[in-house]
Amino acid sequence: MRLINLSRNLALGLGLGFLMSASALAADSATARHHPKDAEFSFEGPFGTYDRAALQRGFQVYKEVCAACHGLQFIAFRNLADKGGPEFTEAQARALAAAVRVPAEPNEQGETVDEKGVPLTRPAVLSDKLPMPYPNENAARANNGGSLPPELSLMVKAREDGARYIYSLLTGYDEKPAAGFQTPIGMHYNPYFEGWAIGMPKPINENGVTYSDGTKATVEQQAHDVVTFLAWTAEPKMEDRKRMGFGVLIFLVTLAGLLFAAYRKVWKDAH
Amino acid sequence: MSGPSTYNPESGIAKWIDSRLPLPRLMHDTISTFPTPRNLNIWYIFGGILTFCLAVQIVTGIVLAMHYVASTNLAFNSVEAIMRDVNYGWLIRYVHANGASMFFLAVYIHMFRGLYYGSYKAPRELIWIIGVLIYLLMTATAFFGYVLPWGQMSFWGATVITNMFSAVPVVGQAIATWLWGDFAVGEATLNRFFSLHYLLPFIIAGVVGLHIWALHVPGNNNPLGIDVKSPQDTLPFHPYYTVKDAFYLVCFVILFAGFVFYAPNFLGHPDNYQPANPLVTPPEIVPEWYLLPFYAMLRAVPDKLLGVIVMVGAIITLVFIPWLDTSRVRSCRFRPLMKQFFWAFAVVCVILGYCGAQSVEATAFGIPLVWVARIATLYYFAYFWLIMPIVGLIETPKKLPASIAQSVLGDSAAKPAE
Repeated sequence: MRLINLSRNLALGLGLGFLMSASALAADSATARHHPKDAEFSFEGPFGTYDRAALQRGFQVYKEVCAACHGLQFIAFRNLADKGGPEFTEAQARALAAAVRVPAEPNEQGETVDEKGVPLTRPAVLSDKLPMPYPNENAARANNGGSLPPELSLMVKAREDGARYIYSLLTGYDEKPAAGFQTPIGMHYNPYFEGWAIGMPKPINENGVTYSDGTKATVEQQAHDVVTFLAWTAEPKMEDRKRMGFGVLIFLVTLAGLLFAAYRKVWKDAH
Repeated sequence: MSGPSTYNPESGIAKWIDSRLPLPRLMHDTISTFPTPRNLNIWYIFGGILTFCLAVQIVTGIVLAMHYVASTNLAFNSVEAIMRDVNYGWLIRYVHANGASMFFLAVYIHMFRGLYYGSYKAPRELIWIIGVLIYLLMTATAFFGYVLPWGQMSFWGATVITNMFSAVPVVGQAIATWLWGDFAVGEATLNRFFSLHYLLPFIIAGVVGLHIWALHVPGNNNPLGIDVKSPQDTLPFHPYYTVKDAFYLVCFVILFAGFVFYAPNFLGHPDNYQPANPLVTPPEIVPEWYLLPFYAMLRAVPDKLLGVIVMVGAIITLVFIPWLDTSRVRSCRFRPLMKQFFWAFAVVCVILGYCGAQSVEATAFGIPLVWVARIATLYYFAYFWLIMPIVGLIETPKKLPASIAQSVLGDSAAKPAE
């Protein structure tokens, strides 16, 4: 009886929380974004982990396609070798860094530009963040018809239905505009985007990248891989978190069992 | 019920300390032997749980403050650094963020418990009023805390809430400017909010001390709402309630851990993972779930000043209920009519929370939610200012049991032994 009571009370508490946090869904305007497509990801569920190969392929898609316009300001090259991430070897991460040139620190003379006024650069090292595509917001807008390509490290957590939303967006360019909808000039039709008109042209194309592991680079495959990669950039400690949570819950349930036994024993004669 | 102390120092050291600073005596009398009604049910576990929540928030908060930078340019990035580069920073932050929700979940159940069993009635009025003060401090602390990550919802939430003060006639704008330390929410605002967010929990801890002190004078109310009449009616707090509270606390922590480890962002808002941008207003500005009912009230009133008055009034009203409730009987268990109004009130609060989460134009079953919120707000106030006084006068309560012991142990066992 006590247990039934308890579970009912816990369920009530949970239900209350769920109901009250049901946040406002998209406004019911005519061009509200479509419900995201169904897609399944390896990192979902209480035991889900990041598919390592997908992370590495996703990084390749990011590097060769997205990075031209979108930055990842919270990711350093060293993170690419982190446990729970793409898990490139340290040597691979070093090589990936070394292939990129970043602004150099002032040299012995205190100069940050050479004799011709060209900014000094050096190869990136593990501790460097991935390079940002534009020096500032104005430069980004000037290069993109006034639109600002957002920084992506947290995007999967910064949108309702994050992973599915981005997947749908990336694969949602080929649909015919609804009758009567006029896509503004310079914009692109995408019904998964709020307002249906997005500044970003279709970013991912069939065989746009060549995967070294032989995976066929369909649009869906690339989108799926890069979303997995972005899920990791948003929540790099997810595998640690779920693993620790499992241990913590086992401990707590055991402790609760022991305390319940003690509780029954202490109260045996009290009621 | 606090009665004479039963502490009996045995060792020389204990006697020496007791005659100088009787702290062990205080602990002994308030935790160990404190006579507690023997019929407290599951709804009485939340006092202990709330103390735990406060401790968790203070401990995790102090560690977070070691890494957090209260500056508009750096706050968002410093939080991400905590999530990525501080050892177990993700754990500490998720515990702190979800801890706030758990804290409010527990405090709401605790408050509804008090309402249902009439725990605010004489001689416990001050316990209740101090409790309302704690709740007010909690909402202020939670609000300041939500601003600190400096995400979109932080910034715009701060803008909406502080702008409420500008509804005050004549001096409103001056008050808002004074609160901001600027002409808009900015660097100065963030810094003072951080300072206050660090200060208030310690004030809460102090006021919680008063809450418990006031509780230990008349002792606990209980589900029957009748007074303790003999030692038969009570059990020593330890081990009976320490073990019971410990068991239920661990159950509560299981729920807590479920959120922290498996749905850490479920109760948050995605927009707060976007850095604050004063130039871009989010499509919907919503507070955290625990403030949604009050937010619904604010939006239900078309006039800004009146809306603020209604919202603040909803909390201030709670201070008066010890005198608004005219019933001679404390517990709703013996109040067939009031019990129904109580559950309607609980449902109304959930409905208000739901309305607060939806957009202003939203409808449910064709009814505009703003009207649902208006009717719910009316019921909220009517419950305290009309139903409580009137039902207390016209209702015929059920017969109260003779004593707690008789109710729990049956007639025979309740006879005083030896």
